[in-house]
Amino acid sequence: MQEIRNYTMNFGPQHPAAHGVLRLVMEMDGETIVRADPHVGLLHRGTEKLAESKPFNQSIGYMDRLDYVSMMCNEHAYVRAIETLLAIEAPERAQYIRTMFDEITRILNHLMWIGSNALDLGAMAVFLYAFREREELMDCYEAVSGARMHATYYRPGGVYRDLPAQMPQYRESPWHKGNDLKRLNSWREGSMLDYLDAFTADFPSKVDEYEELLTGNRIWKQRTVGIGVISPELAQQWGMTGAMLRGSGVEWDLRKKQPYAKYAEMDFDIPVGVNGDCYDRYLVRVEEMRQSNRIIRQCVQWLRANPGPVMLKNFKVAPPSRMEMKEDMEAMIHHFKLFTEGYCVPAGETYCAVEAPKGEFGCYLVSDGANKPFRVHLRAPGFAHLSSMDTIVRGHMLADVVAMIGTYDLVFGEVDR
Amino acid sequence: MSDLQSGSLAEQLTARFGDTLKVSAGREIIAELAAADLIAVATALRDEPAFRFSELIDLCGMDYLGYGQTEWDTDTAGGDGFSRGVEGQAMGRFTWAERPRGANEPRRFAAVIQLLSIEHNRRLRLRVFCEDDTLPVVPSLTPVWPGVNWFEREAFDLYGIIFDGHPDLRRILTDYGFVGHPFRKDFPLIGNVEVRYDPEQKRVIYEPVSIEPRILVPRTIRNDADLLQAEAEAADDWQRN
Repeated sequence: MQEIRNYTMNFGPQHPAAHGVLRLVMEMDGETIVRADPHVGLLHRGTEKLAESKPFNQSIGYMDRLDYVSMMCNEHAYVRAIETLLAIEAPERAQYIRTMFDEITRILNHLMWIGSNALDLGAMAVFLYAFREREELMDCYEAVSGARMHATYYRPGGVYRDLPAQMPQYRESPWHKGNDLKRLNSWREGSMLDYLDAFTADFPSKVDEYEELLTGNRIWKQRTVGIGVISPELAQQWGMTGAMLRGSGVEWDLRKKQPYAKYAEMDFDIPVGVNGDCYDRYLVRVEEMRQSNRIIRQCVQWLRANPGPVMLKNFKVAPPSRMEMKEDMEAMIHHFKLFTEGYCVPAGETYCAVEAPKGEFGCYLVSDGANKPFRVHLRAPGFAHLSSMDTIVRGHMLADVVAMIGTYDLVFGEVDR
Repeated sequence: MSDLQSGSLAEQLTARFGDTLKVSAGREIIAELAAADLIAVATALRDEPAFRFSELIDLCGMDYLGYGQTEWDTDTAGGDGFSRGVEGQAMGRFTWAERPRGANEPRRFAAVIQLLSIEHNRRLRLRVFCEDDTLPVVPSLTPVWPGVNWFEREAFDLYGIIFDGHPDLRRILTDYGFVGHPFRKDFPLIGNVEVRYDPEQKRVIYEPVSIEPRILVPRTIRNDADLLQAEAEAADDWQRN
């Protein structure tokens, strides 16, 4: 009888379905997986160590670069940790702006996820449609912060500046002209809130389009139904959070259970799955997009009616306005001290978590009273999720690993940190 | 999480574990315990109906070397004003050869664990100090929460904390063949080696690091940190006066 041995296969780190830089070493018995060993760390930048050598505010920009498709949610966890230690609270309007941008970020993230996951499983079109809407929300990022992705918009004590009264418009170019240009600019006549009103009124129909392409699609269901089934017990043992946990039927969402910012005032529902397979997690995330849309509408309504400050008037943590600096020496001194030395945070430690699109993103911050953090540890949801890979894909086929990587919603910026 | 709840959790912990846990309940509940008790306490915290910490959210290493040390002393001024230079070797100001040595902080390394109870909607933080600083050892929690596997690998990789009983304690985030534990406070911020492609040898080579350690902002501890002054100033509306 012929002897048949397992062989080892290397997947990535340069593979289109590896979502960045995942190297997966798999032991295969034919096309069945016997053991999967993910190698991570190819994108390790030592963010936590770098943060220890800088004043608190200078690390906010690093947070954008962790999970680079849900930027502001990462900032939110870090900024909240600093605010907790300083015992300050952002003004109400800033809290609403944060809530709104957290949800914009959630839609951005889920659009990226639905596009790339569908692409991995062979549906090209969804990716193109999802990026169309992503572009519109990226414009909101750009309008408030000047950057499409790495915004550094949340600051301890509020947000960097108020929402713009005028949404920037497209100018005529070889890529945007004629009726296309008119259509693009028709939403952008008024303020950013008008723009978001137009977007949120339109977006549910766009989600219907994605669902049209996938939800009843026979091939999509063959690739996802019954694949990567995670029981609620298994999900909790492996420290899963977010859609991974909700897909298994556990109704757990920090926005509801441990509300932060203005989530306690928002009216929204938490979708949960039944079977805990890739298809259920897909349905959960699609419904989350619709719910995020609802939250954005509520925030827009409140923000329209309630103007006010978006930053604390505490010059130890927030810079004075340019006007004040021109007239007042003390304002100038505060500005100089804030941007050179920073501020000292009282000694203590805290763990602050937010419901990031991928799960619980937490920041464990230890201060020894200095102007730099003593230790920052960032709890990335993707890191915990990916560690369960071996347990879950054993016995699956090779092609299901791709479905599993997709459903984990991995971004290596946060896994490797 | 309301104060009422957190208060009752602290009391429950003290009633159940007694002296094994040193519980401090402030904003958040922190329990310190000895490495020898960890497994028994963790199992009880997971299984007993009063606690049910079904999820281990996070485990991270800590290095308390240099905790509370300031680099720039501004408390007292001499005849020629405050000191102008930075003192000591804080983060990022030394190379590997000059790293702070012999600074034997008692109880330097610790593992910090964040637990979450989904049933009771509560969080708890455990801190386990390592007895021996030259060979820090903590028992592995993998039999209690399998999801801790990678977090322990990370703490081992970055801090050199050894998790006794871990099934697969390999490096995880650093490069294959990396030497040292980079997040320790006596590991230089600039690292030890740099990597480049050598066109002559036609392969990627490792070389000693060529950049200089350079940190622009001194580490200071000021007592105005409680921000009372700033609040008073804002209330005073001093800009208008």
